[in-house]
Amino acid sequence: MAARVRYDEVGVGTEIPSREFTVKRVDLLRFCGACSDYTMTHWNERVAKAVGLPDVIAHGTFTIAEAVRVVTDWAGDPGALVEYSVRRFSHPVVVPDDDEGARLDVSGRIEKKLDDNQVVVRLSASSGGREVMSGARAVVRLA
Amino acid sequence: MALNHDFVGRTHKPTEIYEVSREKIRDYALATGDTHPAYLDPEAAKELGHPDVIAPPSFAVMLFFRFGGWPLYDPEFGKKKEPVCVHRAQRTTHRRPIQPGDRLVQTTTVDDMRVLGEHEQWTMTHTIDTVDGEHVCTVVNTILSRGTAAPGEG
Repeated sequence: MAARVRYDEVGVGTEIPSREFTVKRVDLLRFCGACSDYTMTHWNERVAKAVGLPDVIAHGTFTIAEAVRVVTDWAGDPGALVEYSVRRFSHPVVVPDDDEGARLDVSGRIEKKLDDNQVVVRLSASSGGREVMSGARAVVRLA
Repeated sequence: MALNHDFVGRTHKPTEIYEVSREKIRDYALATGDTHPAYLDPEAAKELGHPDVIAPPSFAVMLFFRFGGWPLYDPEFGKKKEPVCVHRAQRTTHRRPIQPGDRLVQTTTVDDMRVLGEHEQWTMTHTIDTVDGEHVCTVVNTILSRGTAAPGEG
């Protein structure tokens, strides 16, 4: 493992660079195929609305995968990621059928330093002005 | 309630073997929009100290669907095709990254089931090991079954 960021150079409160992602319908289709998850709320507007959702929604796993990229790109080695967790997907990422798609804003800051060069990053992700993941964290082993 | 809460504590027998390939890792990474060279380029991965490309951390979650999503489609579990489920919570812990050539088996246990108003949810732990018994990672998924609780429960 070869994280680029050194454990000694970060502290509680250190912010990691925030990122903005765009999520379009075609991205969800590709993820349906790659993940073998064809749940209809991720691609079928009729079904999504019938179950009370505003529109087609992104997979929770897709959303956390985007959020975790903020950590792995910052750390430099995705193999340095030990754990990620979301306590609750609190609001769906709603993906409209248009050319703009949905916007997902992700930021993170170090919440805690652990032994063995590991740190806990508290993640925040919002879309449409609402937090989409509550209690989201990643544990990464730094250099 | 619609779901069979007797499933708490049940464990599905280990799955068939899933053999990880470079191409599946590439497809999965690109489907998340992540083009980190550690997922795509064996030489770049070696420079980071890995023997080959590695899989993105959420790749492990894919195995639940790839292996048929037990207990979701077990008739005894009671989940009808509609209404659909949504992910409520997820935790993935890696002892090491998944890599090409790994021959993985997954064992799933239902840890908890509960009624939340009109909805139900269940939590399950997926233990992912190599066929030789090396532990690779653990995924804990909580799934919300929308609107399946019987009126007046919970």
